[in-house]
Amino acid sequence: MNIEQFPSKLLENAVTEFARLPGIGKKTALRLVLHLLKRDQDEVHRFGEAITRLKDEVMHCLLCHNISDTDTCNICSNSSRDHGLVCVVENIRDVMSIENTQQYKGVYHVLGGIISPMDGIGPSDLEIESLLKRVEEGSIREVIFALSTTMEGDSTNFYLYKKLSNNNIRITTLARGVSVGDELEFTDELTLGRSIVNRLLYENIIS
Amino acid sequence: MFIRELSVMNYKNFGEATLTFSRKLNCFIGNNGVGKTNLLDAIYYLSFCKSYFNNPDSQNVRHEQDFFALQGKYELNYKNEEIHCGFKNGQKKKIRRNKKEYERFSEHIGLLPLVMISPADAVLIQGGSEERRRFMDSVISQYDRIYLEWLVRYNRALLQRNILLKEVSGRNNIDPDIFAIWDDQLVHLGEKIHLKRTSFLKELLPVFQKYYTLISGGNEFVSLEYSSQLNEKEFSILLKESFQKDRMLQFTTTGIHKDDLDLKLGDYSIRRLGSQGQNKTYLIALKFAQFDFIRSLNNVKPILLLDDIFDKLDSGRVEEIVKLVSDDHFGQIFITDTNREHLDGILREAGGDDFRIFVVEGGTINDVIEKR
Ligand SMILES: [Zn+2]
Repeated sequence: MNIEQFPSKLLENAVTEFARLPGIGKKTALRLVLHLLKRDQDEVHRFGEAITRLKDEVMHCLLCHNISDTDTCNICSNSSRDHGLVCVVENIRDVMSIENTQQYKGVYHVLGGIISPMDGIGPSDLEIESLLKRVEEGSIREVIFALSTTMEGDSTNFYLYKKLSNNNIRITTLARGVSVGDELEFTDELTLGRSIVNRLLYENIIS
Repeated sequence: MFIRELSVMNYKNFGEATLTFSRKLNCFIGNNGVGKTNLLDAIYYLSFCKSYFNNPDSQNVRHEQDFFALQGKYELNYKNEEIHCGFKNGQKKKIRRNKKEYERFSEHIGLLPLVMISPADAVLIQGGSEERRRFMDSVISQYDRIYLEWLVRYNRALLQRNILLKEVSGRNNIDPDIFAIWDDQLVHLGEKIHLKRTSFLKELLPVFQKYYTLISGGNEFVSLEYSSQLNEKEFSILLKESFQKDRMLQFTTTGIHKDDLDLKLGDYSIRRLGSQGQNKTYLIALKFAQFDFIRSLNNVKPILLLDDIFDKLDSGRVEEIVKLVSDDHFGQIFITDTNREHLDGILREAGGDDFRIFVVEGGTINDVIEKR
């Protein structure tokens, strides 16, 4: 069947909307739409409502800019977390990744991207001002840079460092090195080189 | 190190062929335009993950086909290595070593050292400075894998800075830190690249001069000078000094991306003065020097590809080159030629019987088996 010839305008609309999503082609869109058509009316309504409400009602935490259902997200409003420790990440996915490790008890600051002139993103397009304000308020001891290790990630780190370094705080970045389970033979030389330069005290590993 | 077997499928004008090579001397004989060079290029590709001629991969696919595949079986340090390159139109190419796919091609480059000499090298003399930088970069990255990473990152930072220069044109009150972050990367990487290039050329020069003298018979003096703004001043100062100019022109006017090589014959640029024979000798000597350089660093004799090397040279110089490549100093050699006259010369000099001849005719290859 020629995918361009739809028997119904409604079907065509739905397929077109699905095909706008990243990674979804026309064929996949059609498969998803036909699947939805076969489901119960209630189920499909729930699906549609979830998407509409997502956009209408979702909020960004006023403090860390993470996605939230309330003014302050459940990480920022959790009093058992260390509010003197702030981890700077690029986006919400990174918050989720670090949360999944269950190793981090501080709070976050979501920049909403990294500096990249070729993508039209400068410092003012990111949540950098608000980070500086948070730090200037004085209750933060340490800022951890957890941006990707690309050229742009490094440049953004350096920009933040320049803006933050006159505050009396500790500025750290994620360790860069050989991954757990890696065989050295297959580790790329850049990573291996960094790992040997930034080697660790063994007693810190075993504790 | 040598390549024992090459299989090509849909590469340039070749449909399907598998060739078994001599570990010493291999010769592709045929008229101009039959695709002898393409076979050398296939061997080059397996070492560098790209064509010698910098074509986009879609142009390396045989007419009316949508993919090509190359496979080479090598012996390296007495171990077998199997390299496979595959490209399909519209997809990312894949390079596998012993069935394991590389994540980054830079991990492969340097594993199978190789030097190619081709008439296309004339761009080193005739072309713009980017050709001479590419020459330096391709040699250095063969033995220094991190160099390529630096170069990629440098070029990316440069691109970002240039875009930023355009973006802020005409604006006053710019936060200096938005430039500082790119300048910092450029300086950090640029200085390291400059050091590598300096030491590479310092080592290359005497070997290059030795080869030129050998081939030319000795009366001409040649040299090779590294010209870089960083020779005189620190990169960070250069960037500061040229900032207003960069803003006006909206691109970065200083850095290792402006480096060049001054190729000289006597006191003058060879581009202005050299005859066809002198130019060719200059390039061949340069490539032989490159060979020695890589050989001494890796302790492995690189594969040597000689494409139409004897054309436009007088008989004296041809004879010297024949003598040179017959020496045990070189390892596996591939030669293309229109006839077997020079080949027979090499065979006479070398005195061995470890050789293979392939007759190439319009996309097909016939293995001529003979013993002398
Ligand atoms: Zn929050």
